[in-house]
Parts: sequence; structure tokens; C-alpha cells
Amino acid sequence: MRTLRLEIWVGLGVILALSVVSLGVGVIKLSWEQAFSDPEALRVLIVIRLPRTLAVLITGAVLAMAGIILQAIVRNRFVEPMTTGTGQGAALGILLATILIPTAPLILRMGLAATTALAASLGFLAIVRRLPVTQPLLVPLVGLIYGALLGAVSVFFAYQFDLQQSIAIWTTGEFSGVLKGRYELLWLAALAGGLVYLIADQLAIIGMGQTMATGLGVNYWQIMAAGLLVISLVTALTVVTVGMIPFVGLVVPNIISRRYGDNLRQTLPLVALTGAGLVLISDILGRILRFPFEIPVGSVFGVIGAVFFLMILYSRSRSAY
Amino acid sequence: MITASNITHQHNGKPVLKDVSVQIPGGGITALVGPNGAGKSTLLSLIARLQPLQSGQVLVNGLDVQTTPARNMARTLAILPQTTEVTPRLTVAELVGFGRYPHHRGRPGPQDVAKVDEAIETFDLTDFRDRPLDSLSGGQRQRAFVAMVFAQDTEYVLLDEPLNNLDIAASRSLMQTLQGLTRDHGRTVVIVLHDINYACAYADTMITLTDGRLGPCGTPGDIVSDAMMQQVFRTDARILRVGDRVLVEA
Repeated sequence: MRTLRLEIWVGLGVILALSVVSLGVGVIKLSWEQAFSDPEALRVLIVIRLPRTLAVLITGAVLAMAGIILQAIVRNRFVEPMTTGTGQGAALGILLATILIPTAPLILRMGLAATTALAASLGFLAIVRRLPVTQPLLVPLVGLIYGALLGAVSVFFAYQFDLQQSIAIWTTGEFSGVLKGRYELLWLAALAGGLVYLIADQLAIIGMGQTMATGLGVNYWQIMAAGLLVISLVTALTVVTVGMIPFVGLVVPNIISRRYGDNLRQTLPLVALTGAGLVLISDILGRILRFPFEIPVGSVFGVIGAVFFLMILYSRSRSAY
Repeated sequence: MITASNITHQHNGKPVLKDVSVQIPGGGITALVGPNGAGKSTLLSLIARLQPLQSGQVLVNGLDVQTTPARNMARTLAILPQTTEVTPRLTVAELVGFGRYPHHRGRPGPQDVAKVDEAIETFDLTDFRDRPLDSLSGGQRQRAFVAMVFAQDTEYVLLDEPLNNLDIAASRSLMQTLQGLTRDHGRTVVIVLHDINYACAYADTMITLTDGRLGPCGTPGDIVSDAMMQQVFRTDARILRVGDRVLVEA
């Protein structure tokens, strides 16, 4: 059986190297000697740079995983949570929480965001099930419209309550606000992502359709529910902590799946590593392109992602699945 | 033995099966035949628990398909999915490996690996072992799916019109492979066939359906006749007998 051990080690190595770069890039100049001698420099590393780097890695990894899970559930390669309503649902939820229960603890507001994200995902699935299977491209298009509609609802409420700035923060992914003490929720997302590995085989099987799942004794609806729960939780956590980063969940699974197939037990770790690596590269680029100002990581990845998405769409006829 | 009793099924308020009771013997190939819309695919999907029963009962070796845990059912009865659906992005060995899933639930042991190897060898797929499914021909891909079902190691294998989109060489080769499954490995194959001539040539038992009701059942040699063609298919095709074989005029 094919294993991807070498690829995973290479991926880990690249991520380690990128992390070192990421720790070194910032407005405050740091050298390695300083980090060990100067307590102020050490503080910058521990309070700002390290949390930011970790937040980027976790976000990239879990968004890529959420993408491949949604693709298995919907059986369509052109969907991802951030463009098909889940992300917009999470943003709407956190907005409603800010309006309705502004004094509630973060975990409660977070819970509301995860709930609306889940409801939005279920809505998407309900719509998609009615689409003709012969038209696979209708699915992402309907998803985009659906997501935009939910986004419009958010903007309406934000306008009414003068919260447009907050909406902008949740819908534009960037990591400059990440500090020690303000990103730790993401570890919950990392945990959820890790747990997905336990149902990797079941997800791969439901990705082959309901007949296959029934034939192999997998409870189709149960695995679907578990997958959706993870997607909603991970999306809500990232939207609230760092904002929406579109295309990660679309681009990364497509790269990996095209090259290594869909045996998720083998490929999930690689999907996570590639997502982490690409988002970290985008974040580093965002920090140095207009130094000392920053370009939000969502914009950097959006440019890369949009080009890639068009490439996938146009190369469909050659290797269509 | 598969026992279906008093199956009545409606689809969108339209009756598809009307009080069908039938027994499918263990061993050999049993073909479900009948005109379009007769309800043969519905009957198969109800036996395969792909949709819930509306009334009646299906027992497979005494196990009620409605109430038996999914995993136990998956070790008794396998379904060959239609390969006309989206081809999974897997290699042959990976696909066949998924056939062992009901046995190992994600932790393949040495006997699972051995079973996969055996399946790959039995179906002549050794050369394609690490090839992606979508790089194979339709017939080879079909064989990989049969190998997966073989590795699943179930007494019963169900197939719904597997010959769609296969040319005559691939169709004959698949039917011979299924015959091998029953003769050499003691499996029971239940298959929905569109083409009555394939049923005549390969089935040990034939079950006919018309308008949701059970028609004549038995060996093809016994039941296929001018009268039966008229009753089941409403056509006056003549029957040709060559030795002990039956052919239906096209």
C-alpha cells in the first residue's frame, strides 16, 4: 500500500523552515542573539511572533481539512466552507451575538457562531441535494450566491447597528491582531481537526456515495453529521479569531487530491500540512510586500486562490472527476 | 437464502412493487429480469437496504435487513456500486482495501492485507495494483470493483445492471467472473439484468417482474417461453433452443 511518509517529513521540514522565517519577520527588528540576551526581544517573540505563527499554521491546516471534508460530503470538488455559506453563517452568528448578548462570555458567543455556521451548512446541503447531478458546476455557483446572500444579511444588520467595522474584521482574514491570550481558541479547532483523522476512512467512504457507504456498513448520516459539525466548529473558530480566509479549503484539497488521490487516511495529514504551509507563505508575503504595512493574508491567498480556481475549472475536461 | 415477504413499495405515490414475496436460493447467480419500470431495481435496492422498506420484510440468512447492525449486514451482503457513477480517486489496491473495512474498521491486520492480495491476484489485477482507477479501461475498473466486493468476503453479492456501458467483451468477461465467484468461491450473486439473453446464458435462477408483480421464476431453460415473453415483456419474440441453451430473438 502506498504511504506518504516521505512527503509528510518534507512538509514538516518546510513548515519548520517557514516558521523560523515567520518568527523573524516584523516591524520590530530582531536578531537571534537578541532573543537570548534581550528580555524585551524575547517578549516580542513570545507574545507576538510565536502566537501569530502558530495561529497561521493551525488556521491553514484546519481550513484545508474543512474543505476536503465538505468536498467528500457534497461529492463536489469545487466547494469549501468559506465560499458556500458556512463562513458567512459564522460571521452572522458572531454579529448577532455582539448585538443580542454583548456581555456574554466569548465561549457562549462562539457557540452561537458555530450554531449559525452549522445551520448555514445544512441549508446549503438541502439546496444542493435538489440540484441535478449532471450539472456539477451548479453546486459551487449556487454556493457562492447562497454565501453572498447570507453575507448581505450580515451587512444589513451591521449597518443598522453601526457595526460595519466589526463585520470587516470578521470577513477579512488577517493575523496582525493575534497576540498571546487572543488566539488560544484556535487550539480547539486544531483538536477538532485532529479528531477528524479518527473518521478518515468513513469520510473517504461516504465520499464515494451512499451506495458504497451502505454496502460497507458505514452509517452515512452519522458520519455526515460528524463531518458537518467539525466544519462548522472549525469555521466559526477561525472566523471569530482571525476572520474569513477564502480559497484555502478549495485550493489545497484539489492540489493534494489530484496528485495523491482520495484515500483520506493517507492524504489528510498532507492536506493539513499543505494548508498550513501555503497560508504561512501568504502571511509572510503579506508582511513583507508593503513593509512596514501589512496586506491581509486573505487578500494574498485570495489572489493565489482565484487564479488557481480558474485553472482547475478550465482543466476540468482533461481530468474530470 | 434471501427471503422477501409481502413487499409493497410506492415511489411518489405511484406503486412500484405490489405484494411481492420471493425466495432467492443460496449459491449460483439469480437474475432479476423484466421490462423497464417493472420494479426490479427497486426490489434489489430494498434487499440491499439502500432505501427503507415501506411494508413487508427482507431476511438475509435470517438477518432482518432493517434491524441488523450496518456492520454485521456488511459482512453478509455486499453491493457492487455502479461504475458509471463518479470514479473515486483511488488506486486499485486502495479500492480493494476498502472492501475490508467492515472487518477491520480502520485497522487492517495481516489477514486483511492477505485478503486484499488474494483478491487482486484472483481478478488478474496485479499489474494495475498501484494504478489510479481512472487510468483503467471500463472493464478493468469493473473488475477492480468486483475484487473489492470479493475482498469484503460476504456470502451475498448484489449488482444493479452492471452491464450498462460495457461492450460485449467486457460484459461477457464480467459475467464469467461472477460465475467464477459462485462456482469457485461459493458466493451467491443477485443481479438485475436488462438483457434477457445474458440472464439466459449465465443465470442459474431467473426471477421475472412485470408491473411490480412477480412473474414466472425458475431456471431459464424451464421458464423462458413464447408465452412468458408475451406475459412478462409483452413482445412476441421467438425462443430459439440450441442444445440446452435458450436464446431470445432480438
